[in-house]
Amino acid sequence: MKEFIKKIERINFGLMSPEDIRKMSVVRVETPDTYDSDGYPIENGLMDPRLGVLDPSLRCHTCGVRGGDCQGHFGSIELARPVLHVGFGDIIHKILRSTCNECGRVLLNPEEIYNYTEKIEEALANKENISDILKEVYNKSKRDIKERPEEGEEVDEKFCCPHCGTPQLPITLDKPTSIFQDDYKLTASEIRERLERITDEDMYILGINPKVARPEWLVLTVLPVPPVTVRPSITLDTGERSEDDLTHKLVDILRINQRLVENMEAGAPQLIVEDLWDLLQYHVTTYFDNEASGVPPSKHRSGRPLKTLTQRLKGKEGRFRSNLSGKRVNFSARTVISPDPNISINEVGVPEMIAKEVTVPAYVNDWNIDDIKKYVENGPDVHPGANYMITESGNRRKINEETKEYILENLKPGDIVERHLKDGDMVLFNRQPSLHRMSMMAHEVRVLPYKTFRLNLCVCPPYNADFDGDEMNMHVFQTDESRAEAKSLMRVQEHILSPRFGGPIIGAIHDHISGAYLLTRKSMKFTEEQALQIIRKSHLSIPENDGEKWLLKSDSSESSKIEKEIEKATKNVRGTKVDKEVYLNTLDITEDEKAKRLKANKWNDEEKEIIKSIAIERKAAEIKEKYADDSDISSSHIIEKLNGEEWTGKELFSLLLPNDLNLTYKSEICKKCGQCDKTLRETPIDEVDYDTLCPIDAYVVIENGILKYGVIDEKAYGSMSGQILDKIVKEYGPGRAKEFLDRSTDLAICGIMVTGITTSLNDEEIPEEAQARINEHLHKSEEKVDRLIDAYNDGYLDALPGRSLEETLEMRIMQVLGEARDKSGEIAEDYLTMEHNHSVVMARTGARASMLNLTQITSCVGQQAVRGGRIERGYIERTLPHFKRKELGAKAKGFVHSSYKSGLDPIEFFFHAMGGREGLVDTAIRTAQSGYMQRRLVNALQDLQVKPSGLVTDNQSNVVQRIFGDDGVDPAKSDFGRVANFDKLIEEIRLEEGK
Amino acid sequence: MKVDIQNHNLVPKHEVISESEKELLQQNSDFNINDLPKIKITDPVVKELSKDSDIAVGDVLRITRKSKTAGEFISYRIVIEG
Repeated sequence: MKEFIKKIERINFGLMSPEDIRKMSVVRVETPDTYDSDGYPIENGLMDPRLGVLDPSLRCHTCGVRGGDCQGHFGSIELARPVLHVGFGDIIHKILRSTCNECGRVLLNPEEIYNYTEKIEEALANKENISDILKEVYNKSKRDIKERPEEGEEVDEKFCCPHCGTPQLPITLDKPTSIFQDDYKLTASEIRERLERITDEDMYILGINPKVARPEWLVLTVLPVPPVTVRPSITLDTGERSEDDLTHKLVDILRINQRLVENMEAGAPQLIVEDLWDLLQYHVTTYFDNEASGVPPSKHRSGRPLKTLTQRLKGKEGRFRSNLSGKRVNFSARTVISPDPNISINEVGVPEMIAKEVTVPAYVNDWNIDDIKKYVENGPDVHPGANYMITESGNRRKINEETKEYILENLKPGDIVERHLKDGDMVLFNRQPSLHRMSMMAHEVRVLPYKTFRLNLCVCPPYNADFDGDEMNMHVFQTDESRAEAKSLMRVQEHILSPRFGGPIIGAIHDHISGAYLLTRKSMKFTEEQALQIIRKSHLSIPENDGEKWLLKSDSSESSKIEKEIEKATKNVRGTKVDKEVYLNTLDITEDEKAKRLKANKWNDEEKEIIKSIAIERKAAEIKEKYADDSDISSSHIIEKLNGEEWTGKELFSLLLPNDLNLTYKSEICKKCGQCDKTLRETPIDEVDYDTLCPIDAYVVIENGILKYGVIDEKAYGSMSGQILDKIVKEYGPGRAKEFLDRSTDLAICGIMVTGITTSLNDEEIPEEAQARINEHLHKSEEKVDRLIDAYNDGYLDALPGRSLEETLEMRIMQVLGEARDKSGEIAEDYLTMEHNHSVVMARTGARASMLNLTQITSCVGQQAVRGGRIERGYIERTLPHFKRKELGAKAKGFVHSSYKSGLDPIEFFFHAMGGREGLVDTAIRTAQSGYMQRRLVNALQDLQVKPSGLVTDNQSNVVQRIFGDDGVDPAKSDFGRVANFDKLIEEIRLEEGK
Repeated sequence: MKVDIQNHNLVPKHEVISESEKELLQQNSDFNINDLPKIKITDPVVKELSKDSDIAVGDVLRITRKSKTAGEFISYRIVIEG
């Protein structure tokens, strides 16, 4: 097929006239058969080769193009009698009802016709919607008589045609294709005649443009036959031919049509002709829509309903939703995901099986031809191999044992080899539902054994992934442009900061957090050997050792900076006069000779080298001197540690921090006692003893890249709240942040492997005395509730402003019971300490679970709620038959005194199930609702664009915002939603200056 | 009793800009003035403003709002028939 580009100026929708259909048709199909006994298509049959051919070895009889390249041509069937089109039943009914049964004029007086014509013309000129005007026209022109007039009876004028005065009998539609006038069923021929009578002017106000559609074309007299390419027949393995559903339906139509012709020609009785006519109508109806209401679906021999035209387009599996809006793509893969803490956040582990299937096109050139030959040699079954070769002329060859040798010999620059995926390739990784941009990120491939995609745990939050069977998709880029664009815009490290809240969404989770806490808490000490083991295991570089002591954070970056500068300065040095003089001074010659040689400026190669080295030395000395004064800055924050000394976890963690990082914040374990703020306020800054500032070591101070005080937990580098991580991305860039995340999670995991972490029900154990205190407290609370109820019954209770007495009582009870749960929890918390209790460590550091979860297990589950209040429903005026009517006590309305550990009694269990059920239903409904909300929002915003100036416009260049967000702030780069946090900045500057 | 809605704390400051300001705005921006967000001439604020000055279709209002992040920001609306 020849290709050329045309611009679509406009699209006109209209109906096809019978003439159009005949003009378009290349075959008048008459024979209801497909192939003859020899397997050849029958002339004038449904498989006539003029309708196009399927087999590439045949040529189309109309256009002469090979099968596969010819899109086919339409044919036509001349229907013996007209039939209604199912899709138009409604419109035909509306038109018939609005026009005169006799003269075919619109049932409006000339003045009204004129007015509506004007109105429609104006609306069309202004490109406005005319559907409201049309609705009015159809309503006004309805003149159906309620009851049929008796013979000779005068009929009210409003039921008559204003043009010819004929009374208008009611016309009703019996869906889908039967139209009755009163109780007489109109035939399709009669309907067509009536529609033919409508004038062009009248048509206009009925919403039909006579230039593109005549109403009588709504009734079919000729049926177009789609080309065979639309309804291909398939040959089964057994050699049997199986026809498409549409072909079957067309055969039915042709058969009935033929019988109808024969019967009519033979002058068969009216009744038989009408029966056949109805049957033709049925077949044409089901040909268009096999699910039309009121029509039994036409079925295949096996009893399966046929898939006809409407069914091909409609619904989720239809052409639109499944083939046009959503397409299956090549170079993609999907499998189950599983975690791998040993790969970088930027990487994704790809099973070898997948790596051998999806390919990257490699363009052969002089520099890579040897590598690519190796891939070809490996072939499709050995991993870094190749599957296809495409020559410069566009021929595609599969690589296999037979073709391998030939391809290897002929491979030349310009060819393309589709090689296997290998380590370092960029791929797109995605998990549905793709709700935000972090749902699709670009990863680097790591080909790994086994059959699952592997991903770093830190990228679980942006994908909202876990490993309970989740599957994810991978797409391989096929062009260098897409790869480059993805690498700079979509790489995981570019998405550490979320535009949702201006903090890191990629960060440490679960064991990373509890691990870092266990590593950095005060009591944690390691022997030198242990410490070095941890450093090595977490892929950190071993610190420098000068023979007797370790130099932690010995400023390698600072010294390398000097080295780099020296290297830069001496790269192209050849030596100046000064250097030459120095050289000459080393020789044993006279001053005169020296001057002579200088003037001559002639040196042999050996001499040139010597002069060069002299010059380099001189430059290096100059630069070193320049930095000599600053050296105290770099040496001041080096931790020195004698060989054999013990290491703290904080020192280990400090190894990963940038050297000039200064930061203070309160960690997640902070109990918000306010003691630190008070001390800081009351003592002069240089007298503050940070060591004792916080009793639980929650006040974090990082000074010049050294973690001086405080523990590392969720607030430090956790997903969504990591302060250190946040600062590193924002100030040192995503590359550094990625490195920090990879290394710190490694370190935390190594830390947790030294201490070990375990939890059991013993962690929720509290002493008997505590249990007694809790019971006593709950008992007191219940008494309080009873006193409130008594006060209510006796009428002492004072109503709160704006509340009824009942509401007041309910609120007070809720408050008392809420406090009861909290207080019992607090009592339990006193006994749940972080020292030896890993459950508490996890809850307090923010790794997993909360203190509420733990206190519900140990002390008291608390009030169960349905619809935001205490439980009300159940029996008449009571929740369960175990209670008296109108009982208001704590237990009767769903307060659970027991803890999960002690177990709930049957009544409590029942109430708990009620509350639990509501929670489940709510989440189910919420996801559906928010999904639809998101969809509408996306549809409303999808065409907005931000211009380089910050201007936001829609696709019609209407201004939406003059500067995006009205402030021009990129939320991802903001400080947790704020433009800047001044308190934090001041604190950091203070630290930098050394207090 | 009639309340001046412009004194309400939720109603930002609206003012009509002069022809010369309008021209300046057009010159300094990369959009067409007619593409600005619209406000109906029957809008209560416009009615209130037209007590002091004549407002016709095509005039531009300057609206000064408070913003948490930007302190104050200025947007414009063009008056349309309503």
